[in-house]
Amino acid sequence: MTVFIIRRLMQSGVVVVLMSFIVFSGVFLVGDPVDILISDEADEEDRERAIAGLGLDKPFHIQYLLFLRNAAQGNLGDSFIFEEPALLLILERMPATFELALFALLLAVVVGIPLGMLAGLRPNSVTSKSIMTGSILGFSLPTFWVGIMMMMLFAVILGWLPSTGRGPTTTVLGLEVSFTSWEGIRHLLMPAINLSLFKLALVIRLTRAGTREVIHQDYIKFARAKGISSSRIILVHLLKNILIPVVTVLGLEFGGLVAFSVVTETVFAWPGMGKLLIDSIGMLDRPVIVAYLMMIVFLFVVINLVVDILYSILDPRVRLQEMKA
Amino acid sequence: MNAAGSRPTLQVSHLQTSFMTKAGEVKAVDDVSFSVHPGRVLGLVGESGSGKTVTGFSIMGLVDHPGRIVGGEIRFRGEDVVGATEQRWQQLRGNQIAMVFQDPMMTLNPVLRIDTQMIEAIRAHESVSRKEARQRARDALGQVGIPSPDERLKAYPHQFSGGMRQRVSIAIALLNKPDLIIADEPTTALDVTIQAQILYEAQKLCQETGTALIWITHDLSVIAGLADDVAVMYAGRIVEHGEVDNVLDRPLHPYTYGLIGSVPSRNRRGVPLHQIPGMTPSLLNLPPGCAFKARCPHATDLCTTAPEVSEPRGSGRLIRCHFPMSPDGSITELSGISAS
Amino acid sequence: MTSGGVTDTPLANAESVGENVQTPYRRFLEDFCENKIAVASFVVVVAVAMIALFAPFIAPTDPYDLAIVTVADKALSPGMTMLSGQVAYLGTDGSGRDLLSSIFYGLRISLTVGIGSGVIALAIGVVVGLSAAYFGGRTDALIMRLVDMQLSFPAILIALVLLVTLGKGVDKTLIALIVVQWAYYARTVRGSALVERNKEYIESAQCLALSKPRILFRHLLPNVLAPIIVVGTMQTAHAIALEATLSFLGLGMEQTEPSLGSLIANGFDYIHSGHYWITMYPGVALLVTIVSINLVGDQLRDVLNPRLQR
Repeated sequence: MTVFIIRRLMQSGVVVVLMSFIVFSGVFLVGDPVDILISDEADEEDRERAIAGLGLDKPFHIQYLLFLRNAAQGNLGDSFIFEEPALLLILERMPATFELALFALLLAVVVGIPLGMLAGLRPNSVTSKSIMTGSILGFSLPTFWVGIMMMMLFAVILGWLPSTGRGPTTTVLGLEVSFTSWEGIRHLLMPAINLSLFKLALVIRLTRAGTREVIHQDYIKFARAKGISSSRIILVHLLKNILIPVVTVLGLEFGGLVAFSVVTETVFAWPGMGKLLIDSIGMLDRPVIVAYLMMIVFLFVVINLVVDILYSILDPRVRLQEMKA
Repeated sequence: MNAAGSRPTLQVSHLQTSFMTKAGEVKAVDDVSFSVHPGRVLGLVGESGSGKTVTGFSIMGLVDHPGRIVGGEIRFRGEDVVGATEQRWQQLRGNQIAMVFQDPMMTLNPVLRIDTQMIEAIRAHESVSRKEARQRARDALGQVGIPSPDERLKAYPHQFSGGMRQRVSIAIALLNKPDLIIADEPTTALDVTIQAQILYEAQKLCQETGTALIWITHDLSVIAGLADDVAVMYAGRIVEHGEVDNVLDRPLHPYTYGLIGSVPSRNRRGVPLHQIPGMTPSLLNLPPGCAFKARCPHATDLCTTAPEVSEPRGSGRLIRCHFPMSPDGSITELSGISAS
Repeated sequence: MTSGGVTDTPLANAESVGENVQTPYRRFLEDFCENKIAVASFVVVVAVAMIALFAPFIAPTDPYDLAIVTVADKALSPGMTMLSGQVAYLGTDGSGRDLLSSIFYGLRISLTVGIGSGVIALAIGVVVGLSAAYFGGRTDALIMRLVDMQLSFPAILIALVLLVTLGKGVDKTLIALIVVQWAYYARTVRGSALVERNKEYIESAQCLALSKPRILFRHLLPNVLAPIIVVGTMQTAHAIALEATLSFLGLGMEQTEPSLGSLIANGFDYIHSGHYWITMYPGVALLVTIVSINLVGDQLRDVLNPRLQR
């Protein structure tokens, strides 16, 4: 098992370096590196100093190595606007984004799996057909517009929920979280539901497909032949088999949620990494942009790794294969 | 069929199970009747598609959509189970009636451990502690000849070979000491030596515990060594039914005759293998009358009317044929028969 | 030995008998039309495409003609009359532009970019996928590594990276959308092609010493078409949605050529003052377009799925 983890860690390391190269090249070769790292407001003297200091007059590969070295030390440049290290800014806002993404994921799973199983167990019923139609709507509707409509309905017209922002936070395990208070949850509700819609539709469809496939397997019939109760068959025999493909997809989707929160955070003015990115783009705060992109690539790789490990824990057959290899 | 006085464990009367497909009604089981007494072994023989597996599922109440039991009675220890509630079925299955499936590779849930799957079978019917259930599972594994059962319990199905998995399935069937076991081709996928072992164990079990056993197979040689009675199925109907030695020595139905004749060991070297000409008819397009008519060397126009089940005098046998065979291989028209 | 599950045996002989002879196309049409909703969706898709195509001719006004547009018409409710005497059926936006016309033009841009990028990505994906499948070996492994790596990142992220570095505008949005989509086509095509490659008709073509491109395009491609069509419809819907999202975020189209996404962004500020229509109706147009394309795609997938062959 440890060999497996080590191998995957090494693979991930390679991917991170590769992606950093791509981001770096993209940003530095396509755009003008001088513009990217030096604020437009700097005057001639500052520019000269900055160019020399940042090594922008050096050849590309030296610049890249410098970039890597700095990155490894956690230095991704300073924000023009806030005059703080860009990485720090991102990290400060990460808990907010993660809170949103986690809640969205939770909603998608807690609501989606039962609905999907229901649709799968009774495929020709009215319930199932409406669930499936709902799921098509779920992934067709453009998230940002749905968010706006939700805001219009629940905040502006009905006044039930606050339209923007994050609720009051408390510190749990060193992180600032807002779901601990009712007011916090009120702020969290709409953005989390909005963000979850796409994934919810996906989970429903996956679960339904999985259910329909598993329910006809011999081992389910054999479990019935043993006299096992229907609830146990559904909750243990069926569920565990369905969970494997669902978990894999979901795990990868968490990364997608973090990336897509850019949209939801913009609509609901949720103070996370995504909103920071969009604001920074508008204000041409380029170090922050670069820091965000690097951060999210890194996140992705980590998430993929965790999912792979989880997958091997859930599905004993994979474990065995990896061990043999 | 025999010792009056002991109530049969299972009595099937005029069972009809059909599948309602888009293309029409498929009569998988058509007017099937038999009974099995405690401690006796009934062999249910037929080609694939003859309806023997569906018969087994019907007895367990496991016929799934688009199939269902459309007629007849199934009495388990006197109780009619055709109309039983799902709750009652759950009480019976795995407890008093157990089944061993045909294909061992997919019978066990791949993501659950062996002990989980065995313990749940026990605890579904009895409230015992996990520890005690585990002990019983362990003993059951030992009973079917699986070495180092403690380790095996912790394993997952894919770590077992086909033969082992089938033995586990059989062990599971034995766990709650059922009164009736339905074994659907349990040894077809296994090697001959293991097959012999399992057959031996099965026989021993029935004699010792009084369990009734229905052994479904297409392999006549298995039946010869194991069963007390045999029922031969063709196209969803039972065409011959009697004590195994009688039937195998002196088959009365042309199909049984052909079946026995085509067993390779019964043929002589150098002589082409005997075959029954033609193919099993599609159950959607059964010819009127006797289903075997197209392939029967003795068929006449009379065979377009379906033969009823009858008992040729003195044979102690039930057959479904207008022209049963006589001992010398020639045919005789049924005369003076009494319908049973 | 029964192959799939213990219940198969009695149905093994139950194949439908006496099907009347039909061409595959007619059968496809018949199967497709079984689902009334899909047919209705298809009609909607065609209608939307027509509107987009003929927008300059059927729109009540030209919302970008600076001579007509005036701030005096700002934020009129649906049904009110503009200064020019034209009725604004869906109201006007914050700059006084007739919303209905803006939506028509917006549809035009959204569809052009969405479908255009899809077609080009399809072409690239088909070439790459077919080549990978046909040449196999190292080429295949290399290409698929690339494809898998790209596909492990969400589309929006890739689009973000590209548009941040490239800037705003139609061409850059097109490039971003193409880059996002090609990999999916490539993988689908390669998968199908791999299955087909081992079939006999390819071997015969090879024996006839036909040139590789010819075999690829005239022999292999037509048989790989079905999954491409399905993936194509769903991907187009996604591309349109993605473009709208990017434009909403201020990253995609320029203000001078607003797509539906930009229109929605423009209207966003007005919901608090009760002028809901400015952001709602462009969204409805977007919604209707995407949902109908997806419904058509869903039915296409069911109909073209070989495993569900009835």
